[in-house]
Amino acid sequence: MKPEDFDLLAGILKDRSGLSISQDKVYLLESRLTPVARKNNLEDLDQLIKEVRLKKTEALLHDITEAMTTNESFFFRDATPFEIFEKTIMPKMLEQRASKKSLRIWSAACSTGQEAYSLAMILREMAPKLAGWRIEIVGTDISKEVLEKSKAGIYSQFEVQRGLPINYLMKYFTQVSELWQIDAAIRAMVTYKEFNLLKDLKSLGTFDIIFCRNVLIYFDQPTKTQVLDAMSGILAKDGCLFMGAAETVLGISDVFKPVSGHRGVYEMGVTSAAAKSFGKVAAG
Amino acid sequence: MKSCLVVDDSKVIRMVARRILETLDFEIFEATDGQEAIDACIQEMPDAILLDWNMPIMDGIDFLRLLRVTEGGDAPVVVFCTTENDMSHIVEAMKAGANEYIMKPFDKEIIQAKFTQVGLL
Repeated sequence: MKPEDFDLLAGILKDRSGLSISQDKVYLLESRLTPVARKNNLEDLDQLIKEVRLKKTEALLHDITEAMTTNESFFFRDATPFEIFEKTIMPKMLEQRASKKSLRIWSAACSTGQEAYSLAMILREMAPKLAGWRIEIVGTDISKEVLEKSKAGIYSQFEVQRGLPINYLMKYFTQVSELWQIDAAIRAMVTYKEFNLLKDLKSLGTFDIIFCRNVLIYFDQPTKTQVLDAMSGILAKDGCLFMGAAETVLGISDVFKPVSGHRGVYEMGVTSAAAKSFGKVAAG
Repeated sequence: MKSCLVVDDSKVIRMVARRILETLDFEIFEATDGQEAIDACIQEMPDAILLDWNMPIMDGIDFLRLLRVTEGGDAPVVVFCTTENDMSHIVEAMKAGANEYIMKPFDKEIIQAKFTQVGLL
């Protein structure tokens, strides 16, 4: 790929989604954008780039961004965060919110919904303890296509075997020919919204728990800081943030500090997050 | 090192499963049907059993039922691994005492995920 072509695509992705793509990911552009070219009746990626240069149609730029930002997702991915959620965070929240009896959880960049539904299944298993509670799980993603899939809750045989215990498959899924659909009662626990993490997060309301795992790794440093600061502005003071096991806030944001003994879990740091992020929310 | 008995009448499947499980640090034994598998278990109970359903002589579900009433046969972790991919088979297998269930085709990620879930990894 010519350097100017790479720069063109990288610029579009950065502007529209915050995705920061490096030169060593050229193969990813080629493998993911070739189908976009075909879909738009263009012969190959070069033709697609030419088309982008000629006329920056919204539909085309949208397709490009969507193809590059769609990421794989599994049920109960990495297992540990879900154990921490169930065994440590939820018991704490049950106490802290005992009078309010309401809880909002955000699955940021939820992709095809496996994370949000994994949380919903855990909560369903805890149902006796949650009688009378109002719990909302919000899944957001920049891609309309993955949100459609999330809402339908239909997964391939392959997808339901990566991380999902067979007991949960038996309990919460219905077989639809070769595919598996998560039950309506679980689907009803999650609200899906199209949302760009670079926009003003305040429109989503406030949350008690945020899952934003393996998302910021695609952003450059200033964007990471911007998103983390903005998240601290909509997270409850005693709430927590889950990030990927390989991610860190160290040197990126001082509004969050790691919860000791629980890798990937963060709480508000000493710097008053609300004060800091006040008036400093990402402009998009 | 944990041991795993791979029970499948297909030589190719046994070989694929062996390769995957060896990279996960299992010592592998093989059986081509349920009868061979029960004989192997009576000699020495493995830690894990990867079990096909449809096999000649004795199928996987009959083997599992027999295993669970055999002395020491409650110990092995049994993971079904079969082309039977409908809910009724899954329910039947779990009722008979299986610990997990893999629908073929499988790959290393699926085996690894399922074996982790049942505490073998």
